[in-house]
Amino acid sequence: MIHTAEMLKAFAPYRENAVVVPGRGGRYWTELTTHPDLDAPLGDPAMGGQAGFALGLALARPDKKVILFDSEGDILMSLGMLVTIAEQQPANFYHFLIDNGCYATTGGQPVPNADNIAYDVIARGAGYPRAFAFSELTQFSAGLPDILNKPGPVFVAAKVVPEVENAPIGRRRRWQTRTRDQVIKDLRAELRIGE
Amino acid sequence: MNESATVALSPETVLSEMKKNGVTHVVWLPDSETNWLYLLMKAEPSLRLVGVSREGHACSIAAGLWAGGAKPLVLIQNTGMMESGDSLRGWLLGLNVPVVLLVGYRGWTRHGVTQDTAATYTERFLMAFGINYYLVESDADAPRISIAFEEAERTKRPVVVLVGDEYHGFNR
Repeated sequence: MIHTAEMLKAFAPYRENAVVVPGRGGRYWTELTTHPDLDAPLGDPAMGGQAGFALGLALARPDKKVILFDSEGDILMSLGMLVTIAEQQPANFYHFLIDNGCYATTGGQPVPNADNIAYDVIARGAGYPRAFAFSELTQFSAGLPDILNKPGPVFVAAKVVPEVENAPIGRRRRWQTRTRDQVIKDLRAELRIGE
Repeated sequence: MNESATVALSPETVLSEMKKNGVTHVVWLPDSETNWLYLLMKAEPSLRLVGVSREGHACSIAAGLWAGGAKPLVLIQNTGMMESGDSLRGWLLGLNVPVVLLVGYRGWTRHGVTQDTAATYTERFLMAFGINYYLVESDADAPRISIAFEEAERTKRPVVVLVGDEYHGFNR
């Protein structure tokens, strides 16, 4: 299995000037990014919506690659979103899945059918033209250049090690360095919106 | 004279309001009465339709579209709006997204006697979320759609337009 931090570290050199929606990988991505104003580390505005937000960005800005690091809990809450993404066929949309098989922030309870689900198969069935699944970092890293050099939408599932949190929420490390408002303002400014 | 022909909200008027207000994307799930509007939107080159399978999805998509510089409109029914509560909270109110939601008001009657709980809870739902709304029943009311767009931009909040004419204009 892959560690989320290693997965994001492997991706970082290929980022170029893409917009990155790091989802639940935000805690690591904020330390890896070299272009924070093109990131949208929103945390968890409402579970199940990261893919929709990233799709909206991709449709609004077809000139920019949009890279999403989604989670399996979010995807399961909005499986129908995969169909919408597949229908829209955004060529600039790269949908990565960080699959730890559980609800890590609530103590590690498994997601439904965690051991027997194949998200890449679901994505392909929803209509994504390309879908991959990785459980080893070396294979993931080797596959990245080809994945990112071809048009989207593409779905890339990665099985990662669960990093379960049991500390009370108030005692957990806050990784967000900006408010959501500021994140959106910075992103829109970087995209030169409203000029 | 056929009363519905004179008081109806026509889909052409709704489309005209969308164009006037610079809508680029309509994020929508068909409501029982929107087929004529759908045909018009599909034929309109300035609009891109983004179909969803559950109304809550429309909120995060609209948020992303706006963040990327587009101007989305959400077109759903009141039943789906109520289903979307957490997405409305987190993605639209939480990110201060200035977006108009055109919401079919299923069950609405002028006299207030309704058998349909979808209508019973619609305005209570909006009040609970602190979302302002306007009622549109006919072409004469259509300027309220522009008022909603202006208010959304000015307040940086979602604004709802309830379409009370659900059983006339959108379905002719």
